[in-house]
Amino acid sequence: MSAALQTINLEKRFGGLVATDKVSFTLRHGARHALIGPNGAGKTTFVNLLTGVMSSNGGQILLDGEDITNKTQTQRARRGLGRTFQINQLFGEMTPIETIGLAVCGRMGGGGDFWRRMGSRVDIFDEIIGLLKRFRLIDVMDQPTKSLPYGKQRLLEIALALASNPRVLLLDEPAAGVPEAERDELLKTLADLPRDVSILLIEHDMDLVFAFADHITVLVNGTLFADGTVEAIIADPRVQEVYLGSEDHG
Amino acid sequence: MPTDTTCTAETRAMPKQGDLTLHKRVGDALSQRSRWKGAEVLFWLVLGASFLLLPERHLLLSEIVILGLFAFSLDLILGFAGIVSLGHGAFFGLGAYVAGLTAIHLTGEPLTGLVLAGMAAALLGLLTGPLLLLRASDLTRLMVTLGVAMLLLETVNKLSWLTGGADGLTGVVIEPIFGWFEFDLWGTTAFGYTLVVTFILFMIARRVVNSPYGLSLRAIRDNALRARSMGIPVGQRILSIYTFSAFIAGVSGALLTQTTMFVSLDVLAFHRSADVLLMLVLGGVGYLYGGLLGAIALKLMQDWFSAITPQYWMFWIGLVLLVIVLIGRERIDAAPRVFWARITGGAKP
Amino acid sequence: MLTIVIDGFAYGMSLFVMASGLALTLGLMNFVNLAHGAFAMLGGYVTALSMNRLGMPFLATLPLAFLVSAIVGALAERTLYARFYRRSHLDQVLFSIALLFISMAAADWLVGPQQQLITLPEWLQSRFEVAGVAIGRYRAFVILICAALVVTLQLVLGHTRFGARLRAAVDNQRAARGLGINVGGIFAVTFAFGSGLAGLGGALGIELMGLDPSFPLKILVYVLIVVTVGGTTTLTGPFIAALIIGVADVAGKYYLPELGAFLIYFMMIVLLILRPQGLLAPAR
Repeated sequence: MSAALQTINLEKRFGGLVATDKVSFTLRHGARHALIGPNGAGKTTFVNLLTGVMSSNGGQILLDGEDITNKTQTQRARRGLGRTFQINQLFGEMTPIETIGLAVCGRMGGGGDFWRRMGSRVDIFDEIIGLLKRFRLIDVMDQPTKSLPYGKQRLLEIALALASNPRVLLLDEPAAGVPEAERDELLKTLADLPRDVSILLIEHDMDLVFAFADHITVLVNGTLFADGTVEAIIADPRVQEVYLGSEDHG
Repeated sequence: MPTDTTCTAETRAMPKQGDLTLHKRVGDALSQRSRWKGAEVLFWLVLGASFLLLPERHLLLSEIVILGLFAFSLDLILGFAGIVSLGHGAFFGLGAYVAGLTAIHLTGEPLTGLVLAGMAAALLGLLTGPLLLLRASDLTRLMVTLGVAMLLLETVNKLSWLTGGADGLTGVVIEPIFGWFEFDLWGTTAFGYTLVVTFILFMIARRVVNSPYGLSLRAIRDNALRARSMGIPVGQRILSIYTFSAFIAGVSGALLTQTTMFVSLDVLAFHRSADVLLMLVLGGVGYLYGGLLGAIALKLMQDWFSAITPQYWMFWIGLVLLVIVLIGRERIDAAPRVFWARITGGAKP
Repeated sequence: MLTIVIDGFAYGMSLFVMASGLALTLGLMNFVNLAHGAFAMLGGYVTALSMNRLGMPFLATLPLAFLVSAIVGALAERTLYARFYRRSHLDQVLFSIALLFISMAAADWLVGPQQQLITLPEWLQSRFEVAGVAIGRYRAFVILICAALVVTLQLVLGHTRFGARLRAAVDNQRAARGLGINVGGIFAVTFAFGSGLAGLGGALGIELMGLDPSFPLKILVYVLIVVTVGGTTTLTGPFIAALIIGVADVAGKYYLPELGAFLIYFMMIVLLILRPQGLLAPAR
């Protein structure tokens, strides 16, 4: 049985600097997998390689067994690879309804329809409402995104990624910048994410990691340092050493 | 992945009572942009009325509407897809010359010339569009659009045996429209013709812009990176809207030729591209009416400043632009839209 | 044939002197300044007017052209340009077009629309022979001055503390600020210096390109081509680009006059497609 997402000896170099050093990584189906590591370990680079924002210098990436190493960002997204960004990447002028609606419509193949009036297809409304409810966005759903509080924007960020019905979801530091008051809402929403989506969580916040993940990979200097269950990683003395040097909670 | 077909089937779900209001809200929100606002109807009525109420000004009004259509075509790519182009005049000029050459060598029938001009411009847009997708800075893209326009100018200039070069293309005779409406000296037929063509193209573009495709364009403008990672084919969408915009620009150039029965190299000059950008600054981008309103505003300003200092109106235009840009385009952009919203009863355009 | 190359070099180098300021501003502040040509025009007018109305000798007007343009540039930067650093590129383009229009109209009003003619001093007129090749004295003069400027620029950038700070700020503004480098001050000085260079280039260019109120627009396209094709990460890129364009333009006008400026625009597009990041920028 193939993994949901897999890399084989993935490499990325910037001139003389090796950002990703022959990383072989496996994300199992239905996983709640966390990727941690000290600052500068190359976590975001890794995610950029997985999604196609950056091209790799070597190695392979497999999505559900299919080789996507040479596919573009758009093609990977269409094949079910979703992602959220560390800093919100949203559409400032559009409302949450429009944002989610765009994603749902695109998923159903009507994204390029240039003649139908937007809003005339009624059956996607249920789905839009469902997503807005799940991500607690109903009360702000028709305000422009740029006017929303940061926590709500963060929720929209994740809702948008989920609206495309991805098979694999990469969450890049979802708690980053979220004020204390809004964190619980975020954590509860993350816990409620559908089980058939395989999730890779990149985080600094260890509380979130322990609450959410069942499997952890540690990345240090672009190399895969440790990989195992939460208990195994916590007990690993090498990991403790790496983290004693850089106590960083996002 | 769901196997649904396009976003156009209208299957009805059976919502629960509480969901019904939510359904309505969602439906309303999504279709809000495409609904006809009172102010829009008013605008077209006034424009149509000017045909009857200002018979002495038909030539002038015709020119304003043509420039407004041209500016509108730029709004499609600037305001909706976020493409900054200093070379849109290339399509305008190409359309103008194709219409003129069609009239001289092929047929004086105006609609043929119009369509041919639009298609030629669209073809140029399709060919040069990929240059916009180069992974490079804004400046590079700006320069490429400018370069293409300058190239066209030089080419047309050098091909003087065909285009009349610096002397312009004369001998353009346009037959009556549908064999009935002759182009008269007062510009009445010209204005009516221009008005109808503009209205039709505007309606088509309005429909396109308020579709799922149009929404994806806004997404690309707001955040191309996110659009890409959502699976939106950014390159394709940019190419298609660029081609469509080029078509409209070409048609506006053809209208100029057909209503003035003359083409000069001026249609390809840099100031055409700059003027039309200025119109959008004055009128506002991203809500379709900015081009037309801006054309009216610019013409009024030009006339006013020319009356004060006939030689140096460029100075005043520059000053106005400077003030606008210092105050902040967003605030000025927002002004017509805020005004619009107030008189349409709170609906966001 | 060699005369043409030398002509082209002279033209290209004066283009580079004008464009170098823009390359610095664009590379450093990421600011699209279409009004750069206005400073060149200012320098040109300073020289022309000083010579024709005040009777100043040509050589003396050159530093004056540099100074006046630099001072005006510094004033403009502090009062106007600084407000636009964080704005969108579209706003910057619109702002610089506004300045362009205003300066062109002002020149027209103040000095009149006619071409400015200057009489070069005796020792810069006509030609001299080197190994059987006729070289215009003025052309040679321009090449020498510009070469000296280029060398000085490279020395300042590469071997002084100011240059080091400038390069750091270009590479990574935030990091530079974090290191305590006064980035705002560097902007101001660089902008002033770049405008001064433009003024000097404009002064040198009167004999080569003419001078009238439409000058900024005429050279705008060329200067932009130099900067876009050459790239802004180095100064050598624009230098090479300017030389290529200078030679191509002069040669084109001589050998293929039917093509006119067509060749330049075509070359620009081709070069941009091949190297969208600039001639010498590392391929991404």
